[in-house]
Amino acid sequence: MDDLVIARSLFGTTMAFHIIFATIGVGLPLMILVAELLYQKTKDLDYVVMAKRWTKTFAILLGVGIPTGTIAGVQLSLLWPGFMEVVGRVMPLPFQIEIYAFFVEALFMSIYVYAAERIKPWMRIVSLVLVALGALASAVLITNVHAFQGTPAGFRYENGEFLDIDPWAAFFNPSFLVTAGHVALSAYVVGAFAVGSVAAFKMMKNERGSRVYLFHQKALLISLVVGGAFAFFTALNGHESAQYLHEYQPEKLAAAEGLFETQSHAPLAIGGFTDRETQEVKWAIEIPWALSFLSGNSFDTVVVGLNDFPEEFWPPLYIHTLFNVMVGIGSLLILIPILVLIWKKGLKKKHYPKPVLWTLVATGPLAVIALECGWIFACTGRQPWVIYRILSTAESATTATNLGTLFILFIIVYAILGTAVVFVLLYFFRKNTEMDDIKRAEKKGKPLYGSNS
Amino acid sequence: MADALIAITVLWGFVFIYAVMATMDFGAGFWSMIYINHEKTKATNVANRYLSPTWEVTNTFIVALVVAVYSLFPTAAYTLGTILLVPGSAILLLLALRSAFLVFSNIATEYKKPLTYISGIAGIIIPGLLISVLPITHGEFVDYTNGTANLNLVRLFTSPNVYTFIGFAVSSTLFLSSLLLADYSKASKEMEAYKVYLRNGKILGPVTLLMAFLIMLTLANEAEWLYERMMEDFALLLLSVGFFLIVGIGLYGSSPFQKGVKGMPRLSVIAVVIQYLIASYVYGKAHLPYIIYPNVTIQAAFTDPNSFRAVFITYIVGFAILFPGFFYFWSLFMNDKRYLRQKG
Ligand code: HDD
Ligand code: HEM
Ligand code: HEM
Repeated sequence: MDDLVIARSLFGTTMAFHIIFATIGVGLPLMILVAELLYQKTKDLDYVVMAKRWTKTFAILLGVGIPTGTIAGVQLSLLWPGFMEVVGRVMPLPFQIEIYAFFVEALFMSIYVYAAERIKPWMRIVSLVLVALGALASAVLITNVHAFQGTPAGFRYENGEFLDIDPWAAFFNPSFLVTAGHVALSAYVVGAFAVGSVAAFKMMKNERGSRVYLFHQKALLISLVVGGAFAFFTALNGHESAQYLHEYQPEKLAAAEGLFETQSHAPLAIGGFTDRETQEVKWAIEIPWALSFLSGNSFDTVVVGLNDFPEEFWPPLYIHTLFNVMVGIGSLLILIPILVLIWKKGLKKKHYPKPVLWTLVATGPLAVIALECGWIFACTGRQPWVIYRILSTAESATTATNLGTLFILFIIVYAILGTAVVFVLLYFFRKNTEMDDIKRAEKKGKPLYGSNS
Repeated sequence: MADALIAITVLWGFVFIYAVMATMDFGAGFWSMIYINHEKTKATNVANRYLSPTWEVTNTFIVALVVAVYSLFPTAAYTLGTILLVPGSAILLLLALRSAFLVFSNIATEYKKPLTYISGIAGIIIPGLLISVLPITHGEFVDYTNGTANLNLVRLFTSPNVYTFIGFAVSSTLFLSSLLLADYSKASKEMEAYKVYLRNGKILGPVTLLMAFLIMLTLANEAEWLYERMMEDFALLLLSVGFFLIVGIGLYGSSPFQKGVKGMPRLSVIAVVIQYLIASYVYGKAHLPYIIYPNVTIQAAFTDPNSFRAVFITYIVGFAILFPGFFYFWSLFMNDKRYLRQKG
């Protein structure tokens, strides 16, 4: 493999791994907050127990999220020095401000966990809100760099020089709000369904109507309401993202839809595979005129096709599949909660049949798959550019060679961390069953958060 | 020029803060491993009590440092990124194992020992690798072919100077963390642990000083330009040694206000921080204007003035916002008797 391919694979692997933990790290604090607030409202101790157990999960996941994030941040400079030189010159603000978000999160996370029993209840909530805000801010800010890569702004680039630099104009680049919004909303989708998966699984394992079963049923309900709502917002915002692509990165949208000829009344292709030779999407379901309407809210909208661009600037054509998977899962995640809630509340059924529970177990992994597809779609769809039409990926890569060994070492370490974190989670929750925590919570004056075994 | 000087001072400040926090952090992890079988002394518990809430905050400083390099000196970041690929990756890999297993060791109590060993050992290697960045910036291990910089690993790892830096980093890590933990265990009224850490400080102090002398000795051979510039501030170097003697007073003397307790660890901690501050000022000043000798200077590597102004404003606003947070954190974990004197 040539070194550029290895560098891209190495960085892509790091991000793909980090992002699982990072995203749950953004989503879980919101769920914890909802549980804490529900407790304040209902005084039902089950919600405190939920908050505690999710907090422990969060703390364990941070043990991987933080080091892999550190790797991501440093690897950017190690693998893409050309890119980071430009970012440092033009777009330093998001990274800089993100540091403060990290500090807020780190400080108040420690306070929330290690000082839980020594601070007032309202201060606990404040700490938690700050953790959630810190996590959200760090996601929004890092995504801003990604937005800038697609819609660079705030400078003039002439003869290899960067002139008239305005870092705030770069910060507020055209797609900042839409892209950051999409990442934030989708992170809440992932957080909610991750919780829901576990709850549904535990409901299957426990006797219907038992204490533990009812406990998880409450958790499942929160996750369906929160997850379904955010999935809906994500889809609305995703539609907006697609319109931005239409405006700012037309070849990406064309590749996502397998559209070769520029046309009005363009069809939307769902499924299938794009064939470079015959210039069509094989085995796809085509919805006439839909793409034009989605791109510009009118059937007359002219959507630009790939043939208007030199082939060397085409993104890889498989991003069509990535896009479809993301959107497909996004739609399912809106549908599933609605159907389940109708079944439960509308039809007043007491129990969920097995297939329903299995479907619910699948939602968490599905959300993570959508997330990965979304990122890989957005990043590889930008190729061959690292900064759209300014800096190519090849130019920005490190000149060092023999990256293969490093690639293998990083993969080994990710494998170790991935295995260990699963093992630790299983171990911890086997030692601390729901009943243990419920009993602890019921006994007043016993520390709940400090309890470790 | 003035702006570049401000920027390099900020960067130097970050390096210093991180260096102090990291030595305490990695050192505490190492001691928590060493005393894991000495349940009686509680030395491990004290180390963990310090480490659990702080490692995340400490880790954020290393990220802040990297971000500061590329936002203040993007051109230097380009060269540094290129030459530091191998040592940087090694640091990242160890850091990942260390942080993760540190967290896991507090959760999976049955497997505490093996997990603590992994994080303790990984943690004590990291400072040695981190400090190797300094001799790399002295320039003699960097080759330039067709305008691209390359690190010569063979020369790097056969240089006596590099090994003295590594030795210094490891012994400083153990020394500073002993002093801090001595102070911390005294505040926690863990007198057994206190004695252990005070004794470690007494042993490691002279070792560290010796390492510092050895650095100077080998520096004169390998990076003469730097050695000579440092010697221009000989008076300050002497002052730094003077503060080392105060550290000694804190270790051996007894407080006039507290009967029956040997040692004044708080005095030692403060004196040692001042000592390192002076010494690193002398080093940093001699290093100027080079970031990487002799090709990358602070003026040439400096960022765009508009970007600098914007970043600088976020520093001020950011620290104004964060300061109360840091203060609250400190009062809960460093100064709250309920936390310090808990059982277990
Ligand atoms: C800061 C912005 C940023 C963010 C938030 C992400 N990426 Fe990215 N990604 C880049 C910035 C970037 C990059 C630095 O711009 C790369 C390196 C080379 C390139 O073309 O883009 C890149 C490349 C890159 C590649 C290799 C591209 C290729 O071979 O075509 C993959 C697979 C990913 N990324 C995957 C991800 C995933 C799964 C992410 C989700 C978390 C992610 N990226 C977030
Ligand atoms: C190129 C992309 C990215 C880089 C360079 C990066 C960098 C980092 C770094 C350095 C950390 C460690 C912070 C610490 O030491 O405390 C971290 C953690 C984290 N990142 Fe990422 N990250 C990237 C992508 C993302 C994305 C897209 C998200 C959002 C979904 C995200 C959300 C988080 C969160 C929530 C944490 C958890 C811990 C914390 O905030 O302290 N990151 N990331
Ligand atoms: C259902 C409707 C959805 C639509 C129409 C949609 C649309 C889009 C579009 C057009 C992009 C590309 C933006 C760009 O390249 O600049 C994108 C990116 C992305 N999507 Fe989605 N999406 C949907 C659902 C989801 C879901 C459910 C998730 C995750 C749970 C998700 C996660 C992401 C992520 C992480 C990115 C990359 C960040 C970005 O560029 O915004 N999306 N989405």
